[in-house]
Amino acid sequence: MDLDHTPEEEEFRARLREWLAKALPTLPPKPSPDDWPGRRAYDLGWQRMLYDAGYAGLHWPVDAGGRGATPTQHLIYLEETEKAGAPYVGANFVGLLHAGPTIVSEGTAEQRARWLPPVLRGEEVWCQGFSEPDAGSDLAALRTRAWRDGDEYVVSGSKIWTSHAEVANWCELLVRTDPDAPRHRGITWLALPMDAPGITVRPLRTLAGSTEFAEVFLDEVRVPVGHRVGAENDGWRVTMVTLSYERGTAFVGEVVACRRVLGALARRARENGRWDDAVLRRRLGRLNAEFRALWRLTQWNVGEAQRTGAVPGVGGSVFKLRYSHARQELYDAAAEALGPEALDLGQEWTLDRLSSLSYTIAAGTSQIQQNIVAERILGLPKGR
Amino acid sequence: MDFQLTDDQKALRSGVRERLAARFGRDALRAAVDEGPPRLDPALWRELGEAGFFALRLPEAEGGVGLGLPEAVLVFEEAGRVLLPGPLIATHLAAGAVAGAATGETVVTAVDGGLVEWLEAADTVRGDATGAEPLASVDPLTPLHRVPAPPARDLQAGRDGVVRLLTSLLTAAEQLGSAARTCELAVQHARTREQFGQPIGAFQAVKHLCAQMLVRTEVARAAVYAAAVTADPVDVAAARLLADEAAVRGARDCLQVHGGMGFTWESDVHLHLKRAWVRTYRAGGATESEEILSGDLSAAIA
Ligand SMILES: Cc1cc2nc3c(=O)[nH]c(=O)nc-3n(C[C@H](O)[C@H](O)[C@H](O)COP(=O)(O)OP(=O)(O)OC[C@H]3O[C@@H](n4cnc5c(N)ncnc54)[C@H](O)[C@@H]3O)c2cc1C
Repeated sequence: MDLDHTPEEEEFRARLREWLAKALPTLPPKPSPDDWPGRRAYDLGWQRMLYDAGYAGLHWPVDAGGRGATPTQHLIYLEETEKAGAPYVGANFVGLLHAGPTIVSEGTAEQRARWLPPVLRGEEVWCQGFSEPDAGSDLAALRTRAWRDGDEYVVSGSKIWTSHAEVANWCELLVRTDPDAPRHRGITWLALPMDAPGITVRPLRTLAGSTEFAEVFLDEVRVPVGHRVGAENDGWRVTMVTLSYERGTAFVGEVVACRRVLGALARRARENGRWDDAVLRRRLGRLNAEFRALWRLTQWNVGEAQRTGAVPGVGGSVFKLRYSHARQELYDAAAEALGPEALDLGQEWTLDRLSSLSYTIAAGTSQIQQNIVAERILGLPKGR
Repeated sequence: MDFQLTDDQKALRSGVRERLAARFGRDALRAAVDEGPPRLDPALWRELGEAGFFALRLPEAEGGVGLGLPEAVLVFEEAGRVLLPGPLIATHLAAGAVAGAATGETVVTAVDGGLVEWLEAADTVRGDATGAEPLASVDPLTPLHRVPAPPARDLQAGRDGVVRLLTSLLTAAEQLGSAARTCELAVQHARTREQFGQPIGAFQAVKHLCAQMLVRTEVARAAVYAAAVTADPVDVAAARLLADEAAVRGARDCLQVHGGMGFTWESDVHLHLKRAWVRTYRAGGATESEEILSGDLSAAIA
């Protein structure tokens, strides 16, 4: 057990802090949640700044255009950018955290060269077309079909809950290429250009009021065979690579953010007098324990990844289960600290409270995560 | 930065686990529970002393083992797993200060809040136990006395503060061991007990209870090990809160998974639950931890 950082790591942190202090004041004002072109430009602009400063693809391997940083340096990066109030990945989420890493580990040299640099430079946005109306938790039930026609696949079907679809250049798409094979063996992973003829995007409004995701309808859309990552019908395995990244690292910066919110909450409660309420105070104390522990668990997982070089495994499910609930509790406590102002959509925390409701659903529901923990870590039998 | 145990730490843990299995395995536990009023076995206590249980953190120059808090946490976690009885923490914390504590020749207990564990078995009591009245202890292996509340003073300051901090941390380690153990017991039972033609562990309601037990245990483990390294009072408070919760709720869920069998005296589940309850009262309990943690949020403002 050694929680200290090496001198190199501390130096990395110091340089990053210095850069953030200079770079953040030059950012343009944040666009409104409904201004998608504005959001895209803002998120890509930030990514470009990171690229120019040498922080893009920090922990990606050097031969994939990354900087080859260690998981610990990546953790420091996430910690410091969040502490400094830097923008979150936003529209770069899928490119940097899902599709990108998948192409890094499964793509050919040509595919890496085509798709990775524009993600790192902040030029192209990706979205994730996995879920379908009849395939959510049961992703392997997906029915969007792809037929081979010469050098192309012809794709028809529909996707749903596709975040950032409106502004994406590419979609990591799961399609069924062999309807007769066992469910998990007939799926293929394709990179779909979002400007191809036959694609209709219909935005969906979330309960928070803005349009964060969309339905995507595919009507005989043609995709070159060269856009397939991994072998035909091997898409399920390729997908599992993506999902392990999603659960493993996607929430790291957010834990730091939650700790910041907790501090701000205490400040607010002191200002409005609610801090005198021992019940609220103790509730916030408990949340402090919660997020401290989640941060430690993150460090633990990262240390493990650094030592073994493995992709984040099912341990990510343990983290995700606890974190998603803790985040919801945080904003419930925020509502208690705010009092009636918690009903005002003009309060930042009111919108955050609404968004937090998706955390136990997106990226695998809590029920599914509990199945994973019980079956894959504890070895309990599969069943109904 | 790594939570990975060193080879020495792993060896220490497996050594302690083997020794405790040999010396205080399930049969010994049940015998102790059923032999009537609980008593401390002086031979066992001296053996623990010889094994370095109490002298673990005492410098080698003073005849100790010269190890640190992370090692102590690993050892107390093992004690918690097997429900090792006795005022282990008080004696451990008295090593070097009370003659014979380090070797296990002297059994030391301490007044903690309004309670003293193992008063009659102890050779030395730290704190003022005047007017102590026995309780009919809920835990068959922890005799308890109630003492009149001491006059209010600052419990975080000076030696009191250090003792409270370490009592809380080592209690958290014991709770962690118990939580991990009840999770294992629940999973073992869920794999083997069949109803409706399948192992009950195939039912999601059971599966999800087990999954949450593991989640609580692993989150607590990260907090406890980190607190052992930093010895920071806020980290310790966080560790304690999460470990108390993991142990108490873990035992409750373990009982549920065992069904009627879990409600019997014969099952070990209630022993974990009752001991976990006793431990939650140490060093100010949840109230004090929560106030330390909220004080930390507030201090960041001031
Ligand atoms: C904000 C947000 C963003 C999203 N972004 C994307 C995206 O970009 N791309 C994408 O492809 N998808 C995305 N999703 C979709 C997300 O992955 C699915 O919503 C999720 O997997 C659940 O599927 P579902 O909505 O069909 O619910 P269902 O699977 O129908 O689940 C409904 C309920 O049944 C429970 N349930 C289902 N199966 C089981 C089981 N076996 N055991 C126990 N309980 C079960 C679930 O836990 C849940 O409570 C997003 C979702 C949200 C909320």
